[in-house]
Amino acid sequence: MNDFAELLDRLAYEPSRNNKLRLIADYLRATPDPERGFALAALTGALSFQHAKPGMIRTLIAERTDPVLFELSYDYVGDLSETVALMWPSPQALRIFKSDASPPTPDPSPPLASLAEGGEKKRAPSLSEVIETLSTLGKAQLPAQLARWLDALDETGRWALLKLVTGGLRIGVSARLAKTAAASLGGKEPNEVEILWPGLVAPYIELFAWLEGRAEKPTSSDPAPFRPAMLAHALEDLAALDPAAFIAEWKWDGIRVQAVTGASDDGHNLTRLYSRTGEDVSKSFPDLVEALRLPGAIDGELLIVRDGRVQSFNVLQQRLNRKAVTPKLLQEFPAHLRAYDLLVDGTDDLRDLPFAERRERLEAFVKRLNDPRVDLSPLIGFESWAALTAARADPATGGAGPDAEAVEGVMLKRRDAPYLPGRPKGQWWKWKRDPMNVDAVLMYAQRGHGKRSSYYSDYTFGVWTGGATGDELVPVGKAYFGFTDEELHQIDRFVRNNTTERFGPVREVVHAPDKGLVLEVAFEGLQRSSRHKSGLAMRFPRISRLRWDKPPREADRLETLERMLKNGDALPSPSGERVQSRRAKLP
Amino acid sequence: MRPEDLLSPTPSGVCCKPGGFFIDPTRPVDKAVITHGHSDHARPGHGAVLATQETLDLMRLRYGDNFAGSTQAVHYGETLTLGGATVTFHPAGHVLGSAQVAVACKGLKIVASGDYKDAPDPTCAPFELVPCDVFITEATFGLPVFRHGDAADEVGKLMHSVMVFPDRAHLVGAYSLGKAQRVIALIRRAGYDKPIYLHGAMEKITHYYQERGIDLGELKPVRGASKEELSGAIALCPPSAMQELWARRFPDPVTCFASGWMRVRARARQGGVQLPLVISDHADWDGLTATVAATGAGEIWVTHGQEDALVHWAKSRGLQARPLAIVDYGDEDEAQPELPLASGESGEAT
Repeated sequence: MNDFAELLDRLAYEPSRNNKLRLIADYLRATPDPERGFALAALTGALSFQHAKPGMIRTLIAERTDPVLFELSYDYVGDLSETVALMWPSPQALRIFKSDASPPTPDPSPPLASLAEGGEKKRAPSLSEVIETLSTLGKAQLPAQLARWLDALDETGRWALLKLVTGGLRIGVSARLAKTAAASLGGKEPNEVEILWPGLVAPYIELFAWLEGRAEKPTSSDPAPFRPAMLAHALEDLAALDPAAFIAEWKWDGIRVQAVTGASDDGHNLTRLYSRTGEDVSKSFPDLVEALRLPGAIDGELLIVRDGRVQSFNVLQQRLNRKAVTPKLLQEFPAHLRAYDLLVDGTDDLRDLPFAERRERLEAFVKRLNDPRVDLSPLIGFESWAALTAARADPATGGAGPDAEAVEGVMLKRRDAPYLPGRPKGQWWKWKRDPMNVDAVLMYAQRGHGKRSSYYSDYTFGVWTGGATGDELVPVGKAYFGFTDEELHQIDRFVRNNTTERFGPVREVVHAPDKGLVLEVAFEGLQRSSRHKSGLAMRFPRISRLRWDKPPREADRLETLERMLKNGDALPSPSGERVQSRRAKLP
Repeated sequence: MRPEDLLSPTPSGVCCKPGGFFIDPTRPVDKAVITHGHSDHARPGHGAVLATQETLDLMRLRYGDNFAGSTQAVHYGETLTLGGATVTFHPAGHVLGSAQVAVACKGLKIVASGDYKDAPDPTCAPFELVPCDVFITEATFGLPVFRHGDAADEVGKLMHSVMVFPDRAHLVGAYSLGKAQRVIALIRRAGYDKPIYLHGAMEKITHYYQERGIDLGELKPVRGASKEELSGAIALCPPSAMQELWARRFPDPVTCFASGWMRVRARARQGGVQLPLVISDHADWDGLTATVAATGAGEIWVTHGQEDALVHWAKSRGLQARPLAIVDYGDEDEAQPELPLASGESGEAT
């Protein structure tokens, strides 16, 4: 556990992707089975066990520490797991307290530190032991078991253990990155691991054996495996593309899924629904799973369709936010698959075929399936880029009809593109609708990381709202990109010269009606949020322009954002744009 | 005699009226007793200064020959009579030359420990426990979350990183007096024998350590070294230099910082540190509480740092305890509680 804890500790501070890869690969290389396999499972989020609640951890620490000292410490550190990890009284510390019950030794020659040494240390648990125990342990035994482990680990080990059992590693490592590191052990492409992944279980002994050249490649016995999704790039230069080489579709504001059905050994069909990262989400959508009766693999968008009309993303989110899948939920939020690609037809792998051919196979497949819960994503006919531009500007008349509300742009796919995993260049382009903009006032700035560690580069901004004593600014978001290097220098200088207060790495910046910096902020959508004082949260906010010319008093008001949020579902906002939201987390 | 009659805390330091001197005064006085060479404790401009030879030498290195009207060197264990009081110096284990000052008068003994640590340090004499009636302790790391662990393990992390990233420079932020030399000595003990590179601001003090017989291996200045030479090397610099243009000569460095503050993640992240090394020249919580208890003192005075928690702890154990409001300590080294990386080397504002 301690080695894994050291790895997590190091990853949590390392900003660079390449360096994270090296750290993980180094750990996997140096660590034996099955420990490294469980570590890979933890990093890829492939573990499932009963998580510990913060309340339980608070109780454990309250039984062992002075409440005043705990509160002072928690206040200082700010994170419960970390506070507990640091102040957990280790058996060594307890020995020191005992030693001073006797009169002070007049002979000072042995340094006091030696009092803390000696005495055997409890054996620290391995990660394998922790995970195997957690997966079988009853809820009632968890606190005592956790306490025994905490006694035996050091500070970093305790921190990692608490993060693990509370289910919040949050160290900036994606499942993809961890798999890429594993693949590098054998000089393999990450996608090779990705394809095998659904058929593998922790601790992945056969995967490592193959990667280290000690065994054949594991064969996937899964009848309904995930195939790595093909992703699009944001459109760069439309004029440079040849309209005749592309097929256009609407970009639906739902959730990208892969629906796979295959025959298992006993001859029955097995169906799985995967997120675009390969997470199995079948359990959340039983109504859709039962509709997928034909063997094959469809790439499409999960949407909510009521009375033949696609609902907005906000409606879909109401289903995603529920934990229990009740009959009422299924009835009120019926899941629907809008299909746009076919990767497997029966047992034929179609991924090497050009898109135009796959599309024909898809049309036939959907027709054969003949289920109202699965339909085709329509193509947008266009002669020229001008025609497509017009359709994008007004999807309702451009062919999307009443479903236009669920359109967040258009997709361009090369007719001859094979289905390639990852984000291959030049094959698929996404051309999203224009973002929303507000003028907000810079309120706080924080220093960045890595190359930006000497710059104030993370900005919290606010808009005006009526307060108890007149208008005041309320924070509505935080952004740390969108500006040029030159603009970063300018803002950094402004922050340093206009600081009103400092809180650690954060500076409060002057933000009065007639003094301050107005930022034009672009964002993709708005959501209600109880975590923010403003009650709103922005999606993908970024700084689009610095408005040195504009006095803060002329920045936007919270009411403007409220209106955007309300209009977002039903009405186009005055500028003709619609509030969009995307890429919600699946349940 | 009441303790306050022997040593009275004032906002500019602890004053011994019977002896006619101040301990570590923060403004110029006639007679000053100095515990150690960090600039917040050892300031220039006093009339007469009593300190260990090393502390006097370090003050001379930093402030020039005329840093005081007159000086007197004292050995560890030596007792001097100053006015109506006696003064004895004992090793504090903080940095080279650091001392605790025991002041006694008419059977009452107060120990002003300055800054101290009870952990081993190959670059200075080990902390000596001095039984006393009143113990004046610092509380830089006076919260139970601060446990420094074994510094050799932390240097082990650095060595591991050098192995994983042999092509990247490891830039270690460390305070110029004490911490830098201790880190170098620990790196040598870990078996690293390539040259270690130094920022210009720490050359003089480090060479002084070497003159005093502390083996630090081959040291080279960063100044003048080529980019190729520096990639893959270990270099030490004052914390503030890590954010300056100076640091941009290292291509893709691993930024490390050796300080007790690195125990708390938010602190390490504030400075953009990639490899925090929990190495401190101050006692940690366990060290503070164990030392306070072991002195046998019935009364504890707490100076700079997290006074509240330590005072609470002492009171809960039936000791008399109170914080001393001495301003201006903590401008140099990690006693500085705010923004370790942004803190200046010698009290320079951030």
